[in-house]
Parts: sequence; structure tokens; C-alpha cells
Amino acid sequence: MARRTPDAVFVAPVQRLRLQYAKRGRLRFSSHRDFARAFERALRRAGVPMAYSAGFHPHPKISYIGAAPTGVASEAEYLEIALAERREPDAVAAALDAVLPPGLDIVRVVDVEQCPPGGLAEQIEASLWQLELAAEPGELAAAVARFLARSEVLVTRLTKDGSRQIDARAAVLELAVTPGLTGSAVSEPGPDSGHAIMTMVVRQVTPAIRPDDVLAALRLVAGFAPSLPARATRLAQGPVDEAGTVADPLRRTERSAGPSAPVRS
Amino acid sequence: MTTSPASLFPRLEPLLAQVSKPIQYVGGELNARSKDWDSVAVHWALMYPDAYEVGLPNQGVQILYEVLNERSDALAERCYAVWPDLEKLMREHDVPQFTVDSHRAVAAFDVLGVSFATELGYSNLLTALELSGLPLHAVERGDEHPIVLAGGHAAFNPEPIADFVDAAVLGDGEQIVGTITEVIARFKAEGAPGGRTELLTRLAETGGVYVPQFYDVSYGADGAIVAVTPNRARVPARVHKHTVMDLDEWPYPKTPLVPLAESVHERMSVEIFRGCTRGCRFCQAGMITRPVRERSLPGIGRMVEQGLAATGFEEVGLLSLSSADHSEIGPLAKQLADRYAEDRVSLSLPSTRVDAFNIDLANEFSRNGRRSGLTFAPEGGSERLRRVINKMVSHSDLIDTVTAAYSQGWRQVKLYFMCGLPTETDEDVLEIARMAQDVIRAGRQATGSRDIRATVSIGGFVPKPHTPFQWAAQAAPEVVDERLRKLRTAINADRSLGRNIGMRYHDGQPSLIEGLLSRGDRRVGAVIEQAWRDGARFDGWSEHFSYQRWVEAARTALAEQPVDLAWFTTRERSAEEVLPWDHLDSGLDKQWLWDDWQDALTGYEQDDCRWTPCFDCGVCPSQGTDIQVGPTGRSLLPLAARTVAAAGGTP
Repeated sequence: MARRTPDAVFVAPVQRLRLQYAKRGRLRFSSHRDFARAFERALRRAGVPMAYSAGFHPHPKISYIGAAPTGVASEAEYLEIALAERREPDAVAAALDAVLPPGLDIVRVVDVEQCPPGGLAEQIEASLWQLELAAEPGELAAAVARFLARSEVLVTRLTKDGSRQIDARAAVLELAVTPGLTGSAVSEPGPDSGHAIMTMVVRQVTPAIRPDDVLAALRLVAGFAPSLPARATRLAQGPVDEAGTVADPLRRTERSAGPSAPVRS
Repeated sequence: MTTSPASLFPRLEPLLAQVSKPIQYVGGELNARSKDWDSVAVHWALMYPDAYEVGLPNQGVQILYEVLNERSDALAERCYAVWPDLEKLMREHDVPQFTVDSHRAVAAFDVLGVSFATELGYSNLLTALELSGLPLHAVERGDEHPIVLAGGHAAFNPEPIADFVDAAVLGDGEQIVGTITEVIARFKAEGAPGGRTELLTRLAETGGVYVPQFYDVSYGADGAIVAVTPNRARVPARVHKHTVMDLDEWPYPKTPLVPLAESVHERMSVEIFRGCTRGCRFCQAGMITRPVRERSLPGIGRMVEQGLAATGFEEVGLLSLSSADHSEIGPLAKQLADRYAEDRVSLSLPSTRVDAFNIDLANEFSRNGRRSGLTFAPEGGSERLRRVINKMVSHSDLIDTVTAAYSQGWRQVKLYFMCGLPTETDEDVLEIARMAQDVIRAGRQATGSRDIRATVSIGGFVPKPHTPFQWAAQAAPEVVDERLRKLRTAINADRSLGRNIGMRYHDGQPSLIEGLLSRGDRRVGAVIEQAWRDGARFDGWSEHFSYQRWVEAARTALAEQPVDLAWFTTRERSAEEVLPWDHLDSGLDKQWLWDDWQDALTGYEQDDCRWTPCFDCGVCPSQGTDIQVGPTGRSLLPLAARTVAAAGGTP
């Protein structure tokens, strides 16, 4: 008997949508794999007419952009999906948000036609992070000043293949400290620990510099060690300007009139 | 009146940043329930004493979770064993065992129900009790503590954990959890007269709840049990198992839990029948879940429809102990495959016997999915041994079946066997190599391709209570290991075939400890406690299991006893011996079990009562039950209006 051939007829995508989603509260403890599984199920439950890859094991066409680490919340995660039938982006947003668990929230959905030209990944140049720390703002500010004074701070990151040294300093474009509100966010600050908020803009590099790497660098240069794990949130990611301002990667962009650009596959 | 216990989450949260896979501790799964604490009288914490990824998909816990939460007088929350990294942090920061639904302290509940699918979860029970702040021993608990209740297949011999549990329930849980809820609700409404002892007595009085502390066990000088007798009034001499007779009345889980975290089964499961009368003599599940009760096609169709809509799963597993034996499996497979052909939903049949298998059925099941691998479980390597275990499949039947499978496009066959079966010799085990080699030859011939795979998986046999092999001597780990070594050599003897045969097996040591915990009596409790104090955790995981630790614990804890590890495991029992579980009634007649054991030794086969006259195993008359099998000729009902395509029309 002949070998099996792929039975699904390959259908070219007719529409691409870019999604911004948030990872909030308890669900910041979901890993990227956890999110991807939940999202693919949500697509099915919401009846989104996905385009599938060709081959023996068809997969829905989804492009994920570098996700926030496990344990880190985010207001600004992005991905792109390809549909086999056209759908109204707002309707897709509502349908997906209704079936995703609270805490994995669809912020908005935009048709690629309305987005800046080029791939989604090209739009992601930097991230704006906010870290809430159980620490005295003054002590944190001093550590930050020492960090910023350096041109390079090598920190050790454990990987599956052992440890490697990466520079946590060069990618950091902005780093600022403000006192936090007492009694908020970071759970159970100790009686004598303060509460500080650190915001930073970090350029997208490879390997990505994550909040933990910057905290490790602060420990290295200034012995800074908060009494509780930091609570980190990605507030934005997108193109970055000279002033270190992170712009919206899905900002509305008028394209030339006429027949729509061919859909990439 | 109770007041709602505070959420532990704010105290747990800082710890989660420091542990692996923190998502498993945060709850919030799709279809999880959360009920107002003060709105109900009875609060259940349901525990599966293994890792979340194993425990979450467990059908028993999901069924009871839904059944209890649907009641107006009860709520149920779930908890799972925490990994050692979090256990350590919880001890350091004084965070007690919590439920994942509302992160309430387990100690605040009325009942801690623990489902034991395997005895290797016992050490995790002790961790959970201690983390909960409960006294380890049932007799040390006070009125303020939850009732610790064991269920699941291992509860058919709860004697090894008799010191640690207040009660155990045998059999199907759907109805008895309602009875227990009502007893507790009434007791609380009356102001808890007589305290914990009275509550346990009322539960025992129902006849369906075993309270170990109400029974005394006496031993003879040789170490064997003389008698197990109730030590107070209102307590039955024997406790009976529970049997749900109409599965269509209990279509649970209706809305299966879908975790964010990865779990061992990424699919929706529908139990298409319960019980099995194939009569495989090693199989405890088949013995203790009799009689066979089929779910109807309309009932299955409705559960699949509801469950898929509620979960978004892509695969539906049709569960049972031997799914191809459903009297209408052919129409069921065809109708489901037709219905979901467009939706990329695949069907799977997790347990399939070679002789019940037909290729048309397999093709139906793979229609919407992949045609990758087929699994068969001959269990015994030789025909002689398969007669002993009453799982008769001839060598040529198996080869014919796999030949058909390969010629239909299947490329991989998995074969499951056991090693250490009663009467087994080296030659029986070496037959596995011959079978695997013949499978490869047959596959190559059928396909004209050399790219054929077969995997041989071998588990150590563990004699279980309430089976004909409950009297058997368990094979020593050295014997099992030596046979497996010879088998590996035999498989690899012909390299041209051997390189297409994978062999997976576990060494014999964990099986021996499972054997101790399976057929142990109350004296084994001290062994469990000792091993746990020495660090035993997650004993079902090879990276955590330590044979040496258990051997040492048994030596220490049984030092003053006339019995030891070997007495409980590698010793054959006599017909006269009082077995630790004789007072626990699975419905099986002990004389019938003994006769079947004798038949096994002579290789005499026993038929299936679904197709031949009753052979008097004892279950139906003693439990007031009967076999419920089709065919009924009923079909799937039409689908309700489709609710998909919620994303709206074209712009």
C-alpha cells in the first residue's frame, strides 16, 4: 500500500492579524509554552478560522515574538496569526478574550494591513520594564548609579549547557528609580524594607537581557539584594527613539491605496 | 458557623518565583470552580498525591470535584503534592499545604479526600499531612481536624496506611461522596455531638466507609493475621465496595479541567464503560471494578460534544479498561469520526487488546489524526504464560494483526509485557524477543520497507489484593533484572532486526516496594513512616525513588516483628491465611479467586461472562449488580446548534 500523503489541502492564508496580549496577576507564572498551549486551544474554542501549515502534521500558523520570562508579568506581548477566512479584528479580539483565562488578556487585534510595513519582529527594538522591589529607594538608586557608571557588567546566566557570561549593561538605555507606594504590589514587604520602583528601557539584543540579568548586575556592582524576589512587568515593547521612548509596534499606518499588498506566506 | 479561611496566596507568591514550573501552584484552570465558603455546610479538599502534571488529568478527582461542587451543600477544592523545592520553602516560611483553587489551608476543610491510583503515593500523603499541620496518626487527631479519607484503587487494601487515614472508601465515588456529605452536614447541624469519634462511627454505620481504628488486628506467633474484628458497636464486620449502576446518570466530568501547565494527558477523556470481565489474573482494576457497565452511544456523544466545547482539546480519548470491548465500539468510532472529520479532532483508544482489535477500527480512529503507532499488550512472552495469566492471544494472531496494521500504513507497534509473572521461566521471557523479531519481519514483508519500528515495554509484575494472584510469590528484583538482561541480549543477537526494536523497562527494585505497599498489613505503616522520615518522596519517580532507603526502613521498622520485607513480598501465601484485606469486600468470592489461582497454575483459561455463562466470581449477587452491555442499536443524537465561529462573519 502506498504511503500516506498529506490529506489536508493547503490553503493560503487570506489575512494576517497581529495581537497584543497581557500576562497579568497569577498567570505571570505561566511559561511561554503554557501560554502557547492555552492560546492554541483558545483559537479553537473561539472558532477562529486558522490557516494551517502544510505537511503530515498541520499546525495553525502562529508567529510568537520573544516572550516575557516565566514569573514576569506583561502588558505588551505580541504575536501574529494567519487566517484561512477573513475576520473582523475586533471580533477576533473579543472572541479570544472570552475564552482565555482571566489574566491572559487580549489587549487588541490589528490587521497587518493597518500596521507598519515589515515583519512584526522588526518592530520590536526595545522593552520598557517596571520592577517593584522590597528595598530602600535610596539604596537602590545608589546601586543603579554605580551600574550606569560602568560601560560593561558581565553577569553569569545558567543555561542547559552550563553557564555563560553576558553583558547586562550595554543593552540598558534608560534606568530610573522612584519610591513605591507603601502597602502596594510587592507582597509582604518586611517591616524594615522599603518599596521602590525601577523602570528601565532595554534594547532587544541576542541573547535578550532580562530583568533578572540587570538585578544580578546590581548585586554584582553594589551588593544590592532585595529581601524578596522582585515583581517585574513589561509595560511596553516596540520601536525606540533617541530619547529612549518605546513606541507602539501596532500603531496605525496608512498604506498606499490600491490593491492590498500580497500576503506573505 | 465557619468563617472563610484566608487565601494563602500572598504568602505563597514570593516563593513561586524561586521554584520550577510555578504555574502548577496557582490554579485558575479552565473550568475550575470556586464557591463561596460560607454558602455550604461541607468543605472537601480533594488531593491527588502526586505531581500536578500527573494529578490534574486524573479522572477520579475531576469527577468528584464536579459532583461535589454541583451540590448545594458542599464545595470541593483540589490540591496536589508539591515538589521538594517548594516543600522546602514552605517549611522555611511556614506556609501550609494549600488548595490550588482558592489557596485555602487544607486543615480548614471538613474532609481531605486522597485518591490513590498507586501505592507509591503513600509517602506523599505523609508530606501533605505534615505540611497541613495535621497529626500524622489518625488517633492523634482532634475534632478540629479534617477527616482524612482514602479512595482510589489502592484503597482496596488501605491497611498499610491505616495509621494515617481516618477512613477509606472502596469503589465508585460518585454516590458515596454524597452520602458522606449528608452525614457530615447533619452532624455539624446538630452541633457535632460526640465529636470526631461519633462522626467516624456514623460514617462507618453506613456500611460503605471503612474506619480502620474501629477494627483490631490480631497476629499469631508466626506473624500471620489471626483475625480482624470490629472493636465497637455500630460498625460492620465487612465493608462493601460501591458500584454506580447507570453511567448515563453520571456523565462526569462534563467540563473537564484544562490546565495552563503541561500535563501527562493533553486530551479530553470520556469513560465509555466501567469494569472488565476479561479476567486477566494479574489485573486488579479488572477484578475490583466488576461488573461491566457500558455508557450508551447517545451518552458518550453528548459528553464528547459538551467536553470539546468546554475545553478546546484536539483529541478525545475513549477510556475504559479495554476500550475495544465496548459492544458498539465500531458504530461509535465511525459516528464520532464522521462528526468531527472537519474539526481536526482525533480519537484515541488508550487500552486495546490484540484480540479485540481490528484494523478497520484502528483506521477509523486515525481518520482525523495521525497514523503513527499502535499499542498492544500481550503481557506474557509465551503462549503458556499467557494461559497462566488468562490473556490468551496466540503468536500467529498477533503477527496477523500487526501485519494488517503495517500494510494499512501504520509504522510503529508498541508491545507491553510484564516480567516476574507466576510460573515464569527465562524461556517465557525470551519468547518476547522472538515475538518482537517476528513483528519486524512481518512489517518489512507487508510494506516492502525496512523502516519498521517496534518497541517492547516491560514492567515488573506486582501481585495485587483482590486478584487470583494475591497469594503468589513476587519475583525477587535480581530474578527480574537477570531475565531482562538475557532478553536484551536475545533481542540484539540479530543486529539486522534488533536495531529496529526498542526495549524499555524498569528494574525490579521499585516493583518490590510497590509489592510491599500493595499486600502489606498495618505493620507496614511503620515502614512507610520510617522511609518518609528518611526522605522518601515521589516514589513513583525514578529520580526520587531510593530502593536502599526502603529496604533500610523495612529493616528498622520491622526489627521487632516476626515478619520482614521478604515475608510481605516474595512469600507465597496459603489458602488458609487471613489476608489483610479479607474484611474489605470487593464482591469477589475468595473461594472463586483461589480456584482461579489454581487454574492459573495449570494453565486453565477462564472465559468472559459477557459472552459465556456466569462463572460465579461472586460480584453480582453479593453487590446486587448485573452486567450492562449492549448492543442497544442506539446512535449518537444530533448535535445541538453549533456555537463555534464566534469570531463573527467577514468584515
